[in-house]
Amino acid sequence: MRYQTQKVAYAYFLAAMALFAIQVMGGLLAGWIYVSPNTLSEVLPFNVIRMIHTNALIVWLLLGFFGAAYYLVPEESEREIFSVKLAYLQLGILVIGTLGAVVSYLVGIHGGREFLEQPLWVKFGILVGAVIFLVNISLTFLTGRKTAITNILMMGLWLLCLLWVFAFINPDNLSLDKMYWWMVVHLWVEATWELVMAAILGFLMLKLTGVDREVVEKWLYVIVATALFSGILGTGHHFYWIGTPGYWQWIGSIFSTFEVVPFFAMMSFAFVMVWKGRRNHPNKAALLWSLGSSTVAFFGAGVWGFLHTLHGVNFYTHGTQITAAHGHLSFYGAYVALNLAMFTYAMPALRGRHPYNQALNMASFWLMTGGMAFMTFTLTFAGTIQTHMQRIVGDYYMDVQDQLGLFYLMRFGSGVAVVLGAILFIYSMLAVRREAVKPGLVAVPGE
Amino acid sequence: MSEFLTKSRARNVFYGGSLFFVVVFVALTAQSHRHIVATSTAGMPLTEEVRLGKHVWERNSCINCHTLHGEGAYFAPELGNVMTRWSVADDPEGAYQMLNGWMEAQPSGIEGRRQMPHFEITEEEMRGLAQFLRWADQTDTQNWPPNDAG
Repeated sequence: MRYQTQKVAYAYFLAAMALFAIQVMGGLLAGWIYVSPNTLSEVLPFNVIRMIHTNALIVWLLLGFFGAAYYLVPEESEREIFSVKLAYLQLGILVIGTLGAVVSYLVGIHGGREFLEQPLWVKFGILVGAVIFLVNISLTFLTGRKTAITNILMMGLWLLCLLWVFAFINPDNLSLDKMYWWMVVHLWVEATWELVMAAILGFLMLKLTGVDREVVEKWLYVIVATALFSGILGTGHHFYWIGTPGYWQWIGSIFSTFEVVPFFAMMSFAFVMVWKGRRNHPNKAALLWSLGSSTVAFFGAGVWGFLHTLHGVNFYTHGTQITAAHGHLSFYGAYVALNLAMFTYAMPALRGRHPYNQALNMASFWLMTGGMAFMTFTLTFAGTIQTHMQRIVGDYYMDVQDQLGLFYLMRFGSGVAVVLGAILFIYSMLAVRREAVKPGLVAVPGE
Repeated sequence: MSEFLTKSRARNVFYGGSLFFVVVFVALTAQSHRHIVATSTAGMPLTEEVRLGKHVWERNSCINCHTLHGEGAYFAPELGNVMTRWSVADDPEGAYQMLNGWMEAQPSGIEGRRQMPHFEITEEEMRGLAQFLRWADQTDTQNWPPNDAG
């Protein structure tokens, strides 16, 4: 840690990990309800649990991104953060808003647009937090050295904050509502968040492998170009069946097919940088998470996305467990694992330590990644059967679901592995043993 | 390759190309907006009752169990075509009667069966919800879903 104000990231990462714990617990409970549907059905219905599961995920990923920006921008810009107070104020607003949303959901106060269920005051809180963030980070960025990593990161963060405006636009016409809803949902995870991901991955590669900055930055621009060229019109793959014109079937199919490219490029980029790099960085766990993130993102977002993105296929698979399989693996690979890579890289520096608990951390990687992969396979098989029975044969929804119990049981098992992995990860971050050799006790020659 | 593709060239292609795709996307979105209003959802007027129904739908977070036009949670049946499935798509009063009867019977309490909560909804709101689901049902969704099972 070269700049004192980078310390702000520590608080962001702690808050993010607390919400991460809530998110996976909510997921496990929801997974159990699939197995045993009467659980809590009168007290805490499935829809409330799912809101907590998805909202906690989105907020902790954003807190992770904000924290990563506060860690990374000073180092790249060679400047202290403009205002530490503003950064803590922003965190305070976001945490209060998040807790407020969770309490609201538990007492039954919420909206009904998926992922955007937050009460209006929370939405405004997020807006205020985002504006504070943009002011703070932009003033740091503008007065310092500009690199491709910060250019791309800033562009991603600015655009994702601006797109939040669509969270307030809710037309009475359902089809219009759905179309504008995707301007937040799709253009976040399949466009602007990819810029943030590429920037953070580029930063990690630069630090961990020691490859020449010029090489890293050139390829970053190529990667984000393929992300936006495919991702913007790729929005069309959500416009097949919601009342939008038929031409989206072709635009969506063609451009979203190319959405595989940036994820393949990020995976190749990460591995090539590691092969080329001569630096033997001591933080092996951060390297594992970085490579793992780009690889699982390629499979989850790239391969599993392509699996059902062509309109001829999507006509049958739309809104089945196939979508759930893709959603889980892509979020895990692209954004969860990337955030955990950043935490793993930055935490030792933030705590003034050498990398610690690396074996535990790497074990948590394999536990979580194995769990998520198994979950994806079970949901894919469940979705395949569902697609055939419901969409081809025409059996009714609940009759089909009754046939899928075994898959949901296996999914719950894989969820247990993921939760154990998450707990292990958080433990490996927080529980630091005392240094064997106390600094200061060693006699320094010449003093 | 490395001589032709310099960092500044890569950056300019990124900025220029992205701007081009944003412009195309905005134009197509504007066209789609008009198409939705004038054509695909024009089969039934967007009345106050339908608007009320949409608010009821949202206030109770139906989307976090059900799907609507295939979007939402995957825990409960698709509702974009539920009025067709119940054969009341063209029958406002029948739609209300069916929906009211169904929702009054929840939760079923059957062991091992997914439970739909009981919702406190007035008659006016229930009528709105029924009309909202009929309105969604008449939307031109390019013939999706493939069959009445949803």
